[in-house]
Amino acid sequence: MSKLKLRIINLRRKRGSSETQKTSPRVESLKRAWYNFRKSPLSLIGLGISLFCIIVAVFAPHIAPYPEHAGFYINFDEAYQPPSWKHPFGTDAYGRDVLSRVFFGFRFSLMMAAVVLSLVVPPGVVLGLIAGYYRGTWVDMLIMRIADIFIAVPPLVLALAICSVLEPNVFNAMMAVSLMWWPWYTRLVYNTVSSIRNEYYVIAAELLGVSKAHIMFKEILPNCLGPILTKLTLDIGYVILIGASLSFVGLGAQPPTPDLGTMVSEGAKYLPNYWWVAIFPALAIAFIILGFNLLGDGIRDIFVSER
Amino acid sequence: MGEVMKLSTYMLRRVIFSIFSLLGLSVLVFTLSRVLPGDPARMAAGPRAPEWVVEQIRTQLNLDKPLFVQYILWIEDVLRGDLGYSLTTRRSVTLDVIEFLPATLELILLSTIIFIIGAIVLGTIAGRWAYRTPDNIVRAFAYVGVSTPAFVWAIIFQLIFAWWLGWFPIQGSFSEGITPPPRITGFKLIDSIISGNFIAFKDYLWHMILPSLALAMSPMAQTARIIRTSMVENAGKDFIALAESHGLPERLIMLKYLLKPSLIPAVTVMGMSIAALLSNAFLVEVVFNWPGFSRYAISAMLNKDLNAIVASVLIIGIVYAISNIIVDIVVAYLDPRIRYMERGE
Repeated sequence: MSKLKLRIINLRRKRGSSETQKTSPRVESLKRAWYNFRKSPLSLIGLGISLFCIIVAVFAPHIAPYPEHAGFYINFDEAYQPPSWKHPFGTDAYGRDVLSRVFFGFRFSLMMAAVVLSLVVPPGVVLGLIAGYYRGTWVDMLIMRIADIFIAVPPLVLALAICSVLEPNVFNAMMAVSLMWWPWYTRLVYNTVSSIRNEYYVIAAELLGVSKAHIMFKEILPNCLGPILTKLTLDIGYVILIGASLSFVGLGAQPPTPDLGTMVSEGAKYLPNYWWVAIFPALAIAFIILGFNLLGDGIRDIFVSER
Repeated sequence: MGEVMKLSTYMLRRVIFSIFSLLGLSVLVFTLSRVLPGDPARMAAGPRAPEWVVEQIRTQLNLDKPLFVQYILWIEDVLRGDLGYSLTTRRSVTLDVIEFLPATLELILLSTIIFIIGAIVLGTIAGRWAYRTPDNIVRAFAYVGVSTPAFVWAIIFQLIFAWWLGWFPIQGSFSEGITPPPRITGFKLIDSIISGNFIAFKDYLWHMILPSLALAMSPMAQTARIIRTSMVENAGKDFIALAESHGLPERLIMLKYLLKPSLIPAVTVMGMSIAALLSNAFLVEVVFNWPGFSRYAISAMLNKDLNAIVASVLIIGIVYAISNIIVDIVVAYLDPRIRYMERGE
């Protein structure tokens, strides 16, 4: 039995590698992916912006001109300074340097995206795999109908409602967004699994009596990675947007947290005279989302052109 | 005849499916609103209320019964049209919905009109001059438009067009000194026409422009991009070559033979655009202090007004479901292939 299994697996490997010979197929496909990616200047710009934001976020305490301005800091003598060489983005009502706070804001935005997506993707994907594999049974019905409930209302609305019944802070905002985000991955994986459920290699594995877990994770899952990775990159921008929106209305991060959304809503009180307090953090949100959206489009192009 | 039957059964299935999803949504939000906050009775009474008041509220709101029984009692009321009592406005949530929802629907309707017209114009320009300067400008706009959150647009528009240039009012729905129309339908645009108050009509519309535009930006960018892509794809097809070889005027080819089929993919993602409009309305209404349902919902959320929070999620869910069904009907009308394609079958 296991000999037969090995032979089939070897056969499959051979067939897979016949298309790309010489160097190892993994390196080859990475090379090809990079080639497809860098064809588009927009993807490269996206990669540049994303890397820039990540570096700024990681090294914020070292890069920011006034790292102590990130939290509680009051110096009314310096309040409401317009943009200048000393304060490129001006200062806010407490005399804090807006540029430094924007740098720290990137931290919160990226942390939000990282925490939410790492909490959401594994369960979402596993549920989608199970529902797709047991398509047409009660398991499928149960999982997908529950997922539909979460999708019955736009994500931001549900996240706002969940945040509002909890204490408003960064942690609860992350939990709330995670709680309603998994169905999108479940649905994505479910649709992909449905389309490859009856491929011969899946049926062959079933006939060989390979365990269900092996079929789902080793045979089916690798074929879903493209769509998952694409959605993941595009979702970074989306989660940042939702997080900023939550704190903008006062249901996410609370002042003096240097969160971009909080900074915009605090700054909006001082329009139009001290416009820089709101506008620069607002543009920073657009900037970071733009970067990850362009990057996501580039990654999608890789998978589209491979097909 | 058979064709029509199929479409109607498909639609019926869609409606029943939506009703079940909404019932599920009601279970979800109800449970969350009763489980997450800890003690809803304490929350309703306020932190300083004595224990016996909290106890009284607990009995009054049926909070002493099991969750399942609470839900049944609550959903019975909801189906009868009673959404409970709001702590923010100190009256029935149903009355609040009736008062505030029309203003939000008006805003969303206007931004839908703006984004559809804008997307068609921009998408056609980009498709007509594909890979040339107009296309590049539209594509750049599309990327920026999709990436910039609606509340960022709202603040930028408010600063530039209201504060600095003074072309539009800064916030609210009526200028000072304008008599609002009497309440007939609740939709102020319709009310002011019925009552012949055209000054109020113009003033209200004037106040709507900036918020609607801020809401429309992201769906407009998204849809323009899709129209552009499908125009470029369709331009290489045989039926366009045929039309060209027949010597039809370019304008006719563009608008009738190329644009029309290119709109179908744009309509199929309308559901996403509507989701964006509905959720972004929450933020844009806050920026422009628009007296709509979303601003009401936000203030309920900030005040932990549970009945109003649950009601607002349900109402948005219903509006979303209805608009998705309308989109489906439009899609099925435009492209009968779609109705067989549900769920990748």
